[in-house]
Amino acid sequence: MSKRIHVSTTINGAPTEFLCEARQSLLEVLRDTLRLTGSKEGCGNGNCGACTVLLDGVPVDSCLVLAVEAEGADITTVEGLAHDTRLHPLQQCFLEGAALQCGICTPGFLVTAKALLDRNPKPTEHKIRFQLSGNLCRCTGYDKIVRAVQEAAKALDGNGRAEKKAAAKPRAAAH
Amino acid sequence: MRGTTKYGSCWKVAAQNRPPRSFYYSLSASTRKATALQDFSYAAATTIDEAVSLLSAGGDRARVLAGGTDIIVQLREGLRSADLVVDVKKIPELMALDFDPARGLLLGAAVPCYRLYDDERIAAAYPALVDSARIIGGWQIQGRASIGGNLCNSSPAADSIPSLIALGATCRIAGPAGTREVPVAEFCTAPGRNCLARGEFLVSLVLPAPRGGSAYLRFIPRNEMDIAVVGVGAWVELDPSGQKIADARIALAAVAPTPVVAAEAGKSLVGQPASEASFKAAGEAAKKVARPITDRRGPADYRTHLVGVLTQRVLATAVERAKSKK
Repeated sequence: MSKRIHVSTTINGAPTEFLCEARQSLLEVLRDTLRLTGSKEGCGNGNCGACTVLLDGVPVDSCLVLAVEAEGADITTVEGLAHDTRLHPLQQCFLEGAALQCGICTPGFLVTAKALLDRNPKPTEHKIRFQLSGNLCRCTGYDKIVRAVQEAAKALDGNGRAEKKAAAKPRAAAH
Repeated sequence: MRGTTKYGSCWKVAAQNRPPRSFYYSLSASTRKATALQDFSYAAATTIDEAVSLLSAGGDRARVLAGGTDIIVQLREGLRSADLVVDVKKIPELMALDFDPARGLLLGAAVPCYRLYDDERIAAAYPALVDSARIIGGWQIQGRASIGGNLCNSSPAADSIPSLIALGATCRIAGPAGTREVPVAEFCTAPGRNCLARGEFLVSLVLPAPRGGSAYLRFIPRNEMDIAVVGVGAWVELDPSGQKIADARIALAAVAPTPVVAAEAGKSLVGQPASEASFKAAGEAAKKVARPITDRRGPADYRTHLVGVLTQRVLATAVERAKSKK
């Protein structure tokens, strides 16, 4: 039963192949096989959002995706946000705004917030809180996280142009 | 088992525990350590017939995988077990999302929730269903979880089922003997159980052409990401004057072993003015259908009280939406 299955995906713009068992989650493969340890395992049951990745642009909990389901998919993890040594504006704003303490939840917040700003460059505070409700943080009390997302939205010029540029770069670099 | 612990009305316990997700309320909010999934094999069916033969051969040891937000957790936590997981997302009929204002909505059973609220026409046509789709887990869950999966998980507290019932939805089921149709109101049979027989699976949900207005409301002690203490879905149609109710359907969640129709409450509204007094009377009628249990999410009498309050509120919203369409 534990025959290993070959899976072809694109991860952070780079074509990536791996072998996995049917029962392995995408999170396990990302962390243990591909050594992309940015995504964290918090709860393992879809509550905390620490393992959030974008699956074809849609935020999902990678602990609730079977790795075999990633066949043909385009995956973005937190490692795909920065371009070389230049942080994504969200990462920069989280850092400057001290929007993290222990940091376990941060990769998930960054990925979800990126998905939000990709769709809605000028979200209201309520919208930010609603869309980030699937990400739990035990340290910050959320206010600094929400403010960091607001700052990043401003930094991205509010018209999505900088965002698109930032998102396009890692992919262009991979081809 | 932890799930049977009675916390009574101690809301603080619910609020301080890790917030629970959509799983039937007697067995959810597990604090067990996440572990590797049990061993199983995986097959991605590409046609309905292929899925039927895989599921028929697998019997009780085969499980359907749509969004996976319930089944993967249940397999991981040992609440269910499987030798074979059949992914149905590559079957075109399961991913169909066809809306026609004159004919209605064909919703493939594996279509993730976010696709409903991302489609403005569907969101405007079936607001109760979209109210549900927006609050099933967080955004990450809605990126995978399907309305069909929420129905097949058959939790008494499922957020989409009262909306489906109120909107008059029908299940299209495929199996070894061919296809059959079952009203959503008759689909669930007990907590976590439904009318699907060996080899059968849900292909799609069919909603009638949109008329009137609808809404879904649940009560939870948190702002988001919780399981309903009580949920109420309602659909209303106004008469041509726009002042009186011509027809109404109300369904309740988390107050019985399955989601239930509050038939008398719906009937009580027919011919009545669309007023707070009518909504209140309907709320009182709906309370009579509720047979809630006391558990960690709330005591039974509190749940019954909530049925009245939520019915009244959800009717007001549904009527407002019906009026705004006129």
